[in-house]
Amino acid sequence: MTTLSQDATRPAEAAEQTAERTAERTPREPVLAVRDVRIHDRAGDREMVHGVSFELTPGKVVGIVGESGSGKTLTCRAALGILPEHFEISAGSVTIDGTDIAKLTPRQWTRLRGSTISAVFQDPASYLNPSLRVGAQIAEVLRVKTGLKRRDARRRALELLEAVRLRDPELVYGQYTFELSGGMLQRVLIAAAIAAGPRILIADEATTALDVTVQAEILDLLADLRESTGLALVVVSHDLAVVAQLCDEVLVMRQGEVVEQGPTRAVLDAPRHAYTRLLVDEHESYGLDRFLTPKTPKTPEAANATKPTKPTKTSKAPEEKTA
Amino acid sequence: MSTVRPHANAAPAPVLEVTGLDVHYGRRRARRRALHDVTLTVAPGETLGVIGETGSGKSTLARTVLGLVRASAGSVVVGGEDVTGHGPRQWRALRRRGVVQYVFQDPLRSLDPDLTVEDSLTEPLLVQGVTRAEAARRARALLARVRLPEDLLGRLPGELSGGQRQRVAVARALITQPRLLILDEPASALDSANRVQILDILKELRADGVALVLISHDLGSVAGVADRIAVLYQGRLVETGPAAEVVGRPRHVYTRLLVSSAPTLRTGAADRSEREALRALLSA
Repeated sequence: MTTLSQDATRPAEAAEQTAERTAERTPREPVLAVRDVRIHDRAGDREMVHGVSFELTPGKVVGIVGESGSGKTLTCRAALGILPEHFEISAGSVTIDGTDIAKLTPRQWTRLRGSTISAVFQDPASYLNPSLRVGAQIAEVLRVKTGLKRRDARRRALELLEAVRLRDPELVYGQYTFELSGGMLQRVLIAAAIAAGPRILIADEATTALDVTVQAEILDLLADLRESTGLALVVVSHDLAVVAQLCDEVLVMRQGEVVEQGPTRAVLDAPRHAYTRLLVDEHESYGLDRFLTPKTPKTPEAANATKPTKPTKTSKAPEEKTA
Repeated sequence: MSTVRPHANAAPAPVLEVTGLDVHYGRRRARRRALHDVTLTVAPGETLGVIGETGSGKSTLARTVLGLVRASAGSVVVGGEDVTGHGPRQWRALRRRGVVQYVFQDPLRSLDPDLTVEDSLTEPLLVQGVTRAEAARRARALLARVRLPEDLLGRLPGELSGGQRQRVAVARALITQPRLLILDEPASALDSANRVQILDILKELRADGVALVLISHDLGSVAGVADRIAVLYQGRLVETGPAAEVVGRPRHVYTRLLVSSAPTLRTGAADRSEREALRALLSA
């Protein structure tokens, strides 16, 4: 796999800024901090999201589970600064790489998106231009975001296509969206999303429309990227098991409310909220779990780890201190 | 789980026998084979799960068994009757006799949007000559069986939620008391609570002795309902066996990849290398 060194692709100026900021902070400073974010719909005069908090340090993966309408996508859009019209963050704050997004100008946002925070969504085809070759679209991201020259952008785009494990990068580079399967398109989109070396990638139902084997390929790819580049991930899904695959921490959302939040293992082993239990039960009765290796009996430690620790609005997940 | 099924010892005539089925789409140079030499049987009251992903031919199989697609070789025998060469008229007669019924992923496709739930349910019975009062009585009973309240009878399909609509589609398929019900991704478009409800209803049907062919990409939900599972890959059946065995001890490389890829609450990074190896094997 091609190594994806972040700094090689980031504009020198941004890299310097990052270095400065990193220097003045502790090493485990979150790259994304969402603190008690509430989202208000001005048109309907309703609050849609009633307080979401989580923190992402480099290489960490946070999962958000919920049905449609639970507010999981709104939360992501708030973090990306792309809330639909009429919607606004009415309380709380989002900090990306040390910067409060409330203070960002549109121009600063443009600089941040792609190079610091990036995203992939459910329907990859609708984020690509059907009349342009897909490789050229990745190369364009590179030229705009990292200032690479045409030829270098092409070379780098090919490397990215290889990094997302497309079998024949040269061939795919020259293809159009209609020539690629859903799984291949999602890889292309991931390649474009990580082109400018972001530190945070939001994957919002990015594998939902894919076959199970292809879904596993994409999830494995995200896990690889996390390990090789320290990419921090927000994985959003309606499927608890998808989130269970690679998340350290999970938030269960329902009707705009975080009903449960904690380390993934603890939430899965001893769900406290009825809704989380429902999701777990569904997997136990209609999932593969019961056919596979018998469950290990719960150890006392595991039981302790799942003791009710109600997420208060401002409390962060207890994190191991790096001395 | 009880394994005592009424048909377990005796070997009654199967309700569905598919033998050496080949299906092609397109002509001449564009001719592509969608199914290749597919052979399977479903005993009365048995539930067969057919697992396959995009392009596996699973929907082609359903459509061929229902006479919507023509086979290029092989035979389909439904309820002892060879239906391979049946025309539309013969098929209508077969459906009217209540031998086989179907439910698709999108209930809007199997429900007439202009008919109320009650009309949808009673129409097949009225055609059979059942009295209006008796038809209405059976419609109410069926609605209860799919756990829907009676006050939905006057609604149009467009006035129902997705989950309700799919349950009406199941009720509609059951009204003629078919011996065989074919379901193509019946729960895939539904959210978690509705999916569980449909699968629970299917389990009850199975207990009542209706033979089911449950076609889906979702190994987990099928494994929770089916007696046996058949795995379709690129138009061929690569593995058939008891559900617990196919899932617990898959033999074919593709089935192993499928099981290893299915997200569960247990798996983690450990499976990644296994999947990697299986993918390499499969593409070799």
